[in-house]
Amino acid sequence: MTDTTALRPYLAQHEALKAQAQGGGWLGDLRDRGMQRLAKVGLPTPRLEAWKYTNLRPLLKHDFAAPADDGDGGLRIDRIPSLQPAAETTHRLVFVNGRYRPELSHLGSLPAGVTIGSLAALLRDAPQRLEPHLGQLGSLEEHPMMALNTALMEDGFVLLLDDGVVLTDPIDVVFIAATGERALAFHPRNLMVLGRDSQATVLEHHAGQGEQATLSNLATEAWIGPGARLWHYRKQEELRSAFHLSSTQLRLARAATYDSFVLSTGARLSRNEVKVEMAGEGAECHLNGAYLMRGEQHCDTTTVVEHKVPHTTCREMFRGVLDDAARAVFQGRIVVEPGAQKTDGHQLCQTLILSDRAEIDAKPELEIYADDVKCSHGATAGELDDAALFYLRSRGIPEARARHILIESFLGEAVEKIAAEGVCPALLSSVANWLAQTHEETHGEAA
Amino acid sequence: MLDIKNLHATVDGKPILKGVDLSIAPGEVHAIMGPNGSGKSTLAYILTGRDGYEVTGGEVLFEGQDLLDMEPEERANAGVFLAFQYPVEIPGVPNTTFLKEAANALRKARGEKELDALGFLKFVREKTKALGISDEMLKRAVNAGFSGGEKKRNEVLQMAVLEPKLAVLDETDSGLDIDALKTVADGVNALRGPERSMLVITHYQRLLEYIVPDRVHVLAQGRVVKSGGKELALELEEKGYAEFTAAA
Repeated sequence: MTDTTALRPYLAQHEALKAQAQGGGWLGDLRDRGMQRLAKVGLPTPRLEAWKYTNLRPLLKHDFAAPADDGDGGLRIDRIPSLQPAAETTHRLVFVNGRYRPELSHLGSLPAGVTIGSLAALLRDAPQRLEPHLGQLGSLEEHPMMALNTALMEDGFVLLLDDGVVLTDPIDVVFIAATGERALAFHPRNLMVLGRDSQATVLEHHAGQGEQATLSNLATEAWIGPGARLWHYRKQEELRSAFHLSSTQLRLARAATYDSFVLSTGARLSRNEVKVEMAGEGAECHLNGAYLMRGEQHCDTTTVVEHKVPHTTCREMFRGVLDDAARAVFQGRIVVEPGAQKTDGHQLCQTLILSDRAEIDAKPELEIYADDVKCSHGATAGELDDAALFYLRSRGIPEARARHILIESFLGEAVEKIAAEGVCPALLSSVANWLAQTHEETHGEAA
Repeated sequence: MLDIKNLHATVDGKPILKGVDLSIAPGEVHAIMGPNGSGKSTLAYILTGRDGYEVTGGEVLFEGQDLLDMEPEERANAGVFLAFQYPVEIPGVPNTTFLKEAANALRKARGEKELDALGFLKFVREKTKALGISDEMLKRAVNAGFSGGEKKRNEVLQMAVLEPKLAVLDETDSGLDIDALKTVADGVNALRGPERSMLVITHYQRLLEYIVPDRVHVLAQGRVVKSGGKELALELEEKGYAEFTAAA
């Protein structure tokens, strides 16, 4: 049963895109496929197993416009957030409401074999370079929001690395949701293709400004070639009026490595969904993250790791802190296909619950069809340790400070897993900022 | 320094302390001995303000102030210190950070200037050197993976950093072999002084060979049933606690 009313504005936007279509028939076909899928299944509802704990009904209360209709050109962007100090940023791409803003960006000098840029520009100038990869990962049937993104995709971040290219400096990619008069929805589409033995670090930062609600419906595809390595870190600190839905689809070839960390403190409702295909022997992936939620925030982390061949390794560790009436969801599925022997997959989700009204729904799932594997999962939820709290207080440390120390140490252990240098301080300072906010400020902001 | 008058307390509604009286003058070291379940650790936690222990009667004055009315951190900043029987492991927090937070909380409470990172390091190095504690122990997370002996030495280090007026040592000898016990006792003895009182809680006389008390009290079934000089400890070692548990 599909609620077509909810889809009407997206359909209109899709038709408008079709009318001005350029970039070849394949792109139009791809968008059509997205729209058809979405029209068939509708927006996700809790009746879908994968969306059981995250209800998108609050989205329907908003009359989202597409950014182009809003005339956002007049908006001043007063601050570009970043995961690294501005002086150290060599490559920076800034997207405002999903559209690349060259005047705010700075590509820097790039070695041969590196393409960094906006999807819109590449679709215009070199669509043939995108065609083999764009829209090829992930199933639209299983991911309605990705189908919506596919139906409406126009712009986003693209990274193409030729074989053997090592990009030393991190690429800073900043997404700002900025509203003026109207609520806005946009659908950034990111594509990363790493050739054999290439390497890159991508730092994503999602933030917002303005009063109105926003929907950032992101979709990211990443192809990590044989022996290639991608370090991918994301900080999501959108405004409390924002909906942040992110779907990332990855394929790892032989001996490829993917190392990721997502720190979420923002958005009223967020979902970080990652699906990894371990498609080559010796592939290794680390999915880590931390979330800090309060007020009535809702944060969903959903991961699916498919081990398709022998000898692949995956480590997942997520840690969260929930205060007030915040709610978190963790769904982690590990699938070991027949023949994927010697799979090594571990998953751990630990949540600290600071309030009686906070809630975590954790659903680990192991589907194992091979007999020589090492797989485990674990989920814990608990309060701050009374004994530790008393220990600190008995040394003269005031209660509020003692609580902060314990929360920081809990999250610090997760943040320390980040392999890339220089990222930890920025993430830890976000943790400190979150802790420094009082409940009153939070409630004031929400009101 | 410390005056405990007719102290009654319950845990989960069950009476544990049934009228404890005890006075400690500045500079004195008192030992409390007693069988398991006599209320020794309860007394330690009540003096330092742990949740879950309800005082149902009597009072505790520390330098004339009502101690029971104060939060745990206020008691610490007033000069009360508890060396824990089971020091808590706090993974993720470096020992130095913990000690610096504690030292500066005390300075702040006293209206003194807080130490910066360098100033603190200098200060704490003097303490570790005096106690023969390696710098490596400062870098590790608080008590995480520490051996029993290391944990107790870390308690002594905290005592040295906080320079309390009253130190309560709860079963400091538990879980220590004789060498570790000597090291810890040496650390404690180095901190004895005319202005610092100590309350040493122990089940066994062994610890009191190394930390020699001025007075010994026997706590049995929630009351101080006998007090005497250091020789009382030897007597207990010989006879055991049977006489008191039967009499009470």
